[in-house]
Amino acid sequence: MIMIFGVPGPLLFGQLLLGLINGAFYAMLSLGLAVIFGMLNIINFAHGALFMMGAFAAWMLLNYVGIGYFPALILAPLLVGIFGVIIEKTIISRLYKLDHLYGLLLTFGMSLVIEGLFRNAYGSSGLPYRIPDILQGATNLGFMYMPNYRGWVVLAAMVVCFSTWAIIEKTSLGATLRAATENAPLVQAFGVNVPRLITLTYAGGVALAAFAGVLAAPIYSVNPNMGSNFINTVFAVVVIGGMGSIMGSILTGFGLGVVEGLTKVFYPQASATVVFLVMVIVLLVRPRGLFGKAA
Amino acid sequence: MALSRRSALLTAAALPLIRPARAQAAKIKIGVLNDQSGPYTNTGGITSVICTKQALEDFGVSAKGLDVEVISADHQNKPDLAVSIVRQWFDRDGVDVLLDVPTSSVGLAVQSVAREKNKVYLNVGAATSALTGAQCSPNLIHWCYDTYMLSKSTGGAMVKAGGDSWYFLTADYAFGKQLQGDTSRIVTDSGGKVMGAAPYPFPGTTDFSSFLVQAQASGAKVLGLANAGGDTVNSIKQAHEFGLNNSMKIAALLMFITDVHALGLDTAAGLNLTESFYWDLNDGTRAFTKRVLPKTPKNYPNMIHAGCYSATLHYLKTVAAMGAAEAKKNGVATIDHMKAMPVEDDCFGKTIIRADGRNLVSSYLFEVKTPAESKGPWDYYKLKATTPGDEAFRPMADGHCDFIKA
Repeated sequence: MIMIFGVPGPLLFGQLLLGLINGAFYAMLSLGLAVIFGMLNIINFAHGALFMMGAFAAWMLLNYVGIGYFPALILAPLLVGIFGVIIEKTIISRLYKLDHLYGLLLTFGMSLVIEGLFRNAYGSSGLPYRIPDILQGATNLGFMYMPNYRGWVVLAAMVVCFSTWAIIEKTSLGATLRAATENAPLVQAFGVNVPRLITLTYAGGVALAAFAGVLAAPIYSVNPNMGSNFINTVFAVVVIGGMGSIMGSILTGFGLGVVEGLTKVFYPQASATVVFLVMVIVLLVRPRGLFGKAA
Repeated sequence: MALSRRSALLTAAALPLIRPARAQAAKIKIGVLNDQSGPYTNTGGITSVICTKQALEDFGVSAKGLDVEVISADHQNKPDLAVSIVRQWFDRDGVDVLLDVPTSSVGLAVQSVAREKNKVYLNVGAATSALTGAQCSPNLIHWCYDTYMLSKSTGGAMVKAGGDSWYFLTADYAFGKQLQGDTSRIVTDSGGKVMGAAPYPFPGTTDFSSFLVQAQASGAKVLGLANAGGDTVNSIKQAHEFGLNNSMKIAALLMFITDVHALGLDTAAGLNLTESFYWDLNDGTRAFTKRVLPKTPKNYPNMIHAGCYSATLHYLKTVAAMGAAEAKKNGVATIDHMKAMPVEDDCFGKTIIRADGRNLVSSYLFEVKTPAESKGPWDYYKLKATTPGDEAFRPMADGHCDFIKA
């Protein structure tokens, strides 16, 4: 058996793959954050709560209406996206002229309220959500036993991340969006409805979080705290990747998933800290983040 | 305007400080301190408070001329926060009894405060056996379970059934380490061996896949889960995903009925676990559950909730015997009185409290029913074995509790 740093090779490959799977969640969540920050200048701390709402929406669709997993992958982001439109229109839009910190505090407060309401209604132990039958079981890859559902998560996350990137970077809608980020009054002068564009961007970012929530529902228990467990790490990912950088947040998301996975092999106690260690180093060496443009 | 409003607020805030606490000398105050918003909310939380109040009702405090108040707070699983709440309760709010206090790190942190202020500390929710061992206190009674009892019951049964090599998935704090340590001892004493352990950061770990794959690679026969609450639920769920349940046996060393409910019988069926209370165990437990359930319909009582009830009831009996003023005066004396009186209630039957503060309840090994076997809501457990209280816990001499020797 090949040994790498005293760890059997197959085990290490397995851990790399698992890291990639976790990275998929980081990438999807940080992508939404990056899009929202890039467009709205809002540090959306409510992202974790919206991720949790996505998972709960899937659970509710199944248990109250009888709608299964695959339709929920579309419907739950749609529902949470509509919720996003409502809070953007009624609350967040009032803060655009103020400093970032106000947006951060407001969305942080909102996430506490949302989580509190769900905790009140559903308790903290979590609710069961089954893996859809077609994705049950696992495949033996030789070096590890790979659950089919996790394979699907990586695939779905990659498709969603790269299509989001393509929409923003390669289409005319994306071009308008990027232009509005650079200079909103000028774009408005060309007849583009910038406030609506902003609302839709927020809804889009929120829908991404909800999509990740639905993907997460069968793996983690659906509980009100599931988002807050992720959100700190995801913010670190955004900072490391460079605030507002789309591709940066995707690549950093997957990359840090792998780093974290390797830490779990060599020194598990530090696996929750390693991402922040990387963040400190990146901020010291390259304050604008790995992929961020110079200010 | 702003200034006058501020000074008005300050005055209002200071008022309770000025009001003399002595005016209500005979009033008994019970403070329930637990997790009311985090991962252990359902295993303790508000249901613990409800069960505490149930004890007041069943005892008939007002009919017996006692004035008892129950207050509660959320410690958020933070030892530092808990210590400052407890200091405030003792120093300013006149709290006499500290109750529940789950999360071992927190339960241990407030131990010294209760001792320093000479108050009554009835720990129900924390698991660590250090509470009646190396870090014991004459002000404490540890009510209905601990890590030693869990590992002896669940761990012992696993080894007997052929699971003689173990790999641990351990929450990296006081509780997880103690549970892993206690179980390792049981495993090695019964001729088994420990192949390894993955101590993961607590709280904040949601993905256990890396550790599960390492456990699988270790070749051990049993996966010992030295964790609790949401972590246990997540790790069992993910173990099934990776097919670990086919190659290894899973020992959920601390699992409550609330966790089984969260997991669903599809996944939980067949698990072995230990509690000292089950709502459908006998006529007493059913009667208690019937009384308390209308107040907490979504969360059936587990052993912690029942423990809060039982501990409060026994304390109230002691207060009635000693007189409220006497019971408030000296924590150690009240605890000694509680130890001298036999305990009896609907939840745990008749038990005795040992000199080191260990309440010797019986422990029950349960197997989780399959969906087909379950006949109604929360009908989850089959009783497999009973360990009587005097055998269930660590012998007092092995605990090395310092105030016993003195």
